[in-house]
Amino acid sequence: MPRDQLRKGPAILDHISELENKTIYIFREAHHRFKSTALLWSIGKDSTAMLWIARKAFLGQIPFPVIHIDTGYKFQEIYAFRDRYAKEWGFDLLISKNREALEKGMSPKKEKLACCHALKTEAIKSTLCARGLKALFLAIRRDEHGIRAKERYFSPRTLAFQWNYRDQPAELWDFYQSEIGKGEHSRVHPMLHWTELDVWKYVQREKIPIVDLYLAKNGKRYRSIGCAPCCSPVDSRANTIRKIVKELETTRIAERSGRAQDKESAYTMQKLRSLGYM
Amino acid sequence: MARPLLKVAMVGHVDHGKSTLIGRLLLETHSLPDGKAKEIENISKGLGKEAELAYLTDQFREERENNMTIDTTQVFFKTRKAHYAVIDSPGHVEFIKNMLTGAAQADAAILVVDAQEGLKEQSRRHAFLVDLLGVKKLIVVFNKMDLVNYKETSFVEKKSVLLRFLKGLNGRPLNIIPVSAKENVNISKRSTRTRWYRGPSLLEALDALAPAAESSNAPLRFPVQDVYEIDGQKILVGQILSGKIAAGQKVTLLPSMRSAVIRSMKIFGRSPGKAFAGESIGLILREPVSVSRGEVLVEKKCAPVPTTHFTGNVFWISALPLRVDAAVTLRCATQELRGRIIGIRNRMDSSALEILEKRARRLHANETGAVSFVTEKPLVVERSCPLNGLGRFVIEQDFQMQGAGIIS
Repeated sequence: MPRDQLRKGPAILDHISELENKTIYIFREAHHRFKSTALLWSIGKDSTAMLWIARKAFLGQIPFPVIHIDTGYKFQEIYAFRDRYAKEWGFDLLISKNREALEKGMSPKKEKLACCHALKTEAIKSTLCARGLKALFLAIRRDEHGIRAKERYFSPRTLAFQWNYRDQPAELWDFYQSEIGKGEHSRVHPMLHWTELDVWKYVQREKIPIVDLYLAKNGKRYRSIGCAPCCSPVDSRANTIRKIVKELETTRIAERSGRAQDKESAYTMQKLRSLGYM
Repeated sequence: MARPLLKVAMVGHVDHGKSTLIGRLLLETHSLPDGKAKEIENISKGLGKEAELAYLTDQFREERENNMTIDTTQVFFKTRKAHYAVIDSPGHVEFIKNMLTGAAQADAAILVVDAQEGLKEQSRRHAFLVDLLGVKKLIVVFNKMDLVNYKETSFVEKKSVLLRFLKGLNGRPLNIIPVSAKENVNISKRSTRTRWYRGPSLLEALDALAPAAESSNAPLRFPVQDVYEIDGQKILVGQILSGKIAAGQKVTLLPSMRSAVIRSMKIFGRSPGKAFAGESIGLILREPVSVSRGEVLVEKKCAPVPTTHFTGNVFWISALPLRVDAAVTLRCATQELRGRIIGIRNRMDSSALEILEKRARRLHANETGAVSFVTEKPLVVERSCPLNGLGRFVIEQDFQMQGAGIIS
C-alpha cells in the first residue's frame, strides 16, 4: 500500500497503485481534451472499479454523466445495485435504452449478434448523438479478449460508429490521439492495462462494493456479467473476494467463457466491435 | 514481496517468428485457458493450415488469413519470479506506427532474428527504435535454430554481424540466445540441442531482468495536467514524473520562474503529507497565483532552463515528409505549443544508420535525424537519463502524431 511506503522513504509504487495512477492520468487527459464525455457503467466489476477511480480522478465530483445501457435483459441484481450506488455516490446517471427495438420484440432469442447490436450499440449511438458526446469511457481490458488487446487508450470511431482497426493512430508514451472529426467520437479506455486479477485485487484493497452475482452460490458464480439470458456461471466455490483472487491465481478457465457473444464464431467480437460494440 | 510486472516488447523483422515465440512462451508457462489450444487448432484447420501458435496473438481475421501481424497486442504470463506483459509488434514496415505504439510502453525488448536469414531491414530498424524510445534492456534471440541444425558456427557468424550493427546504438544486448520457438529449444530451460551455448534460456534471461529503476530520488518534475476548481479552491492536478513533493515545500513554476509554496495535497478521501514519482495527485498552493496546464513545478536548485530553441533526435512516421521551415505542434509532457523546423542534420535511414545527408531539407518516413526547432513560447525540456517525460516529445501536423523525438 502506498501510504505505508511513504513512511519508509523512497517509494516505489506497488503494481496496483501504478495501474490506478495511470488510469487517473488517462481520465484527466481525456476530460481535458474532449470536455464533453460520459462513462459507460455496465455495473460489472471492471466498470464499477473504473467508476471508483473516476471519483478519485475528479476528487469526488465526477464532471460527466454515467451511462447505463439498459437492454431490459439485465439481471435483477444489476438494477438494484445501480439504483443504490447512483444515489450513494451521487453522480448524474443516464439510462440508455433502445425502446423501439424492444417494442418490436428484439431479444437474444433472435440472432445474438443482431440483439447485441440493436440493444447496446444502437442504444448508445442515440444517446451519444442526443448529448453531443465527444468521448466515452469504457472499462475494456486487453487481457479479456484478443480483439480488445489490439485497442488504443484513445480510440477514434467514425460518424457511422466504425472502428478503423486497420489504421489505428500511433500512441506513444503518454500522448494520445485526441483530435476527432465532426460527428466522430473517441472511445477512451482507462482500464486497458489492467488484468482481471488486478481488478479483483483492487476491489479487495479498496473494498469496492460489487454485484453479488460474482460470488459463488451453490457451487457456481459469474466471472463476467451482462444480460441474463446470455451469461452462464462457472463452477466455483469462491464466495468471497479473497477467494476469487485466490481462484484466479490458479484458474485456466477463460474469463469470458460464459459469454455467448464471444462464441458465435471466431470473429464475432471483431465484427461487433468494428460496428461500434463495446 | 509481490512479483513485479515487466512489459516486454517483441520486435523484429516480418516472419522471423515473433508471434510464434509468444505462443510458445504462453504454452511453456501454462498461461493458456483450457480449450484455447484446441480453438487455435480448429481455426487453423478452417483456414487449411497446421496449428498456428501465432493465432494466439494474431486475432484479426485479416491477420490470420494473411499470416501477418497488423497491430500491436499484449498477452500475459507469469513465472515464479515475475509477471510479464508481452507486447507483440508487427514486423512490416507499413505498420511501423503500430510497432512504435507497442514498443513505447515496454521496459525491455526481445529482438527476434531468424537464425538462417540474419539481420534484415526491420530487425535493424526495430533495434534502432527500441533504443531511441529509451528501452534500455534488450535481449536478442536467434530463432529458427532448427533450420540451421543448431550449428554453433551459424550462430557465431550471425551474432558478430548483429554486434557490429548495435555498435551504432546506445544500448547493448544483455543476452544473445539461440532458440527454436517451433521445436521448443532454449525457451524455458537450456536444451541439449545446443550444448555449445552456455548462457541462460529465454525465460531465465527474462527472470534476471531487474524491475525498472524508480525515480523518486531524481529531482522533482510535476507537469500540471489540469486545474480543477472544487468548493472555491483551485487544485492543480497531474502525475509526478520524478522526485517527491511535500506540503509546505517551496517550488518554482516553469517556464515563468515564479515561486510558490505547496499548502496541501489532495488525493480523493485524504490529504497526504508527501507524494512520490508516479502518483497522480492534486496540489493546492498557498498563494493565489494563476497556473495553467503545461506549466511544470520543479525545485529551484535543480530546475531546467526553459528554451525556445532545442534539438532532438527525431524519427519520422508520416508519409508526408517533414520539411525545414514547416510549422508543427510540439507536445512534451503536458505542454503543447507551436513551433517551426529550423534545420535537419544527419539524415539517416533508420534501418541502416548511415548518414545520407549532413544537412537536409526534408526527413522522410522511417528516417531519423537531428532536428532543430524554434518555438513561439519557451518550452521546458531537458536531456534526461533515464528518459523521462521532459526528455521526449511528439510532433503533430494536421492534428495527427507524425513523429517522435528525444531531446539531444
